[in-house]
Amino acid sequence: MQIFHYQFIHNALFASVLLAVVVGFIGTYIVARRLVFLSGGITHASFGGIGLGWYLGISPILGAAIFAVLSALGFEAITRRRTLREDSAIGLLWALGMAMGVFFVFLTPGYAPNLMSYLFGNILTISHTDITLLLALVVAVGLFFALFYRPILFVAFDSRYAMSQRPTGAMLIDYVLKILVALSIVFSIRAVGIILLISLLTAPANIANLLTRRFLPMVAIAALTALLALLIGLALSYGLNVPSGAAVVLVLVVLYVLTRVAVGMHRVAKCRKQ
Amino acid sequence: MATQLFSLTDVWGGYDGRAVLREVSLHINSDDFIGIIGPNGGGKTTLMRLLLGEIKPMAGQIERNCPTIGYLPQAQQIDREFPITVLEVVLSGLLGQHGLWNRYGREQRNRAMECLSIAGIAHLYGRSIGELSGGQLQRALLCRAMVSDPALLILDEPNTYVDNKFEGELYELLRQLNQRMAIVMVSHDLGTITTYVKTIACVNGTLHYHPSNHITAEQLHGYGCPIQLITHGEVPHTVLQSHS
Repeated sequence: MQIFHYQFIHNALFASVLLAVVVGFIGTYIVARRLVFLSGGITHASFGGIGLGWYLGISPILGAAIFAVLSALGFEAITRRRTLREDSAIGLLWALGMAMGVFFVFLTPGYAPNLMSYLFGNILTISHTDITLLLALVVAVGLFFALFYRPILFVAFDSRYAMSQRPTGAMLIDYVLKILVALSIVFSIRAVGIILLISLLTAPANIANLLTRRFLPMVAIAALTALLALLIGLALSYGLNVPSGAAVVLVLVVLYVLTRVAVGMHRVAKCRKQ
Repeated sequence: MATQLFSLTDVWGGYDGRAVLREVSLHINSDDFIGIIGPNGGGKTTLMRLLLGEIKPMAGQIERNCPTIGYLPQAQQIDREFPITVLEVVLSGLLGQHGLWNRYGREQRNRAMECLSIAGIAHLYGRSIGELSGGQLQRALLCRAMVSDPALLILDEPNTYVDNKFEGELYELLRQLNQRMAIVMVSHDLGTITTYVKTIACVNGTLHYHPSNHITAEQLHGYGCPIQLITHGEVPHTVLQSHS
């Protein structure tokens, strides 16, 4: 148990717990609301911010946060005005973000050593700043859901109806959630990376959805699943010296298949009994 | 005393600069029960979206003096895989009155349960909507529309998924609700419509208001509302009110 003496392991464990909470709430929200593709678009758009941040010499995560929030709000405006098909808009921004990221990284003089860590992430190298940002995000997400759980659920379920009952309130809830989704994406990049992030957000909620069809239980099960996958992924990453993001995603897929099989077998057994 | 909830004067409505509805004038009073008929693409949905405030009129005036509207969408517009329970769906109908900051407590729950009992699905309150049949979902959505006791209830083809048994109950329920609130109902089923509604509006590009529930095939033709009269036995010349 030598490894628990290392500070970076403490950081990684604490970050895993925080990430699991974010994945529980935000993952369940984007899965239930069918925003997975949009979230993928925001994730990749944020790479443009990382590149620009690098080029300008400001914090890449700050650049990513600005890009992610702007693209999330931009999507919202585009869908409301129906100026462009929503999935086309997502596809365009997806590639634009990646292109800008690569463009600015190559413009920046010198070598960009951390590029891989943004694309694939590494929870073992997560810094104090990253953890502080994650902690602030967890507090914000937790507080928002605690205060507005029912309205959030109502707007997510049928935003048209919610808008017809309380137009301003429903719209505000929508916008705040889009911002929280964008920030959740950005603050998770360091741990799992841009390319693999979307599966961390979607797989746990889908595993949870195999076991329950209610929102709050889904949040709880998704968070626990994410924590389990992150811890196993962390162990694999440390033991085999592979990137943690890839390990976590593989663990999640295995967990999904196992849950699916277990639920199927349970159903068959139940039918036989009757 | 009936008060005026809506007053539409020469309203044009449509999308992207193209008018679907032209020169629509309509008054909705607090004791009205208006049946809306018309062909697909005639503008029924656009009219409802104008009333709900989802789109703004391209021209003309809409005066709204209606504090709350309950709305029953077509069941296929609902995402049935969404993780939400029947009780929560009904509670969501209180969002307008109850607001964002207030907790949904015992009082709200009791109101929701009362509606579910009236619709005959109180025992399903804890189920998630993915486990419901089409008819049960429609009942739950009807509960959401009426739980706030709105001044106006808008129903978009309420009888699509409803079984024959509930259809009778549904219209009886609407008749009772109509003592407290105005109802605007879109339906393809002219036979049922003329039995229960008080007046008829034909929507086909524009709106023809027919201040009675007796309507003849010639009148329908004159309004430009070619509606198939679905009847049993001999085809009647005139659709009459049901006799009790």
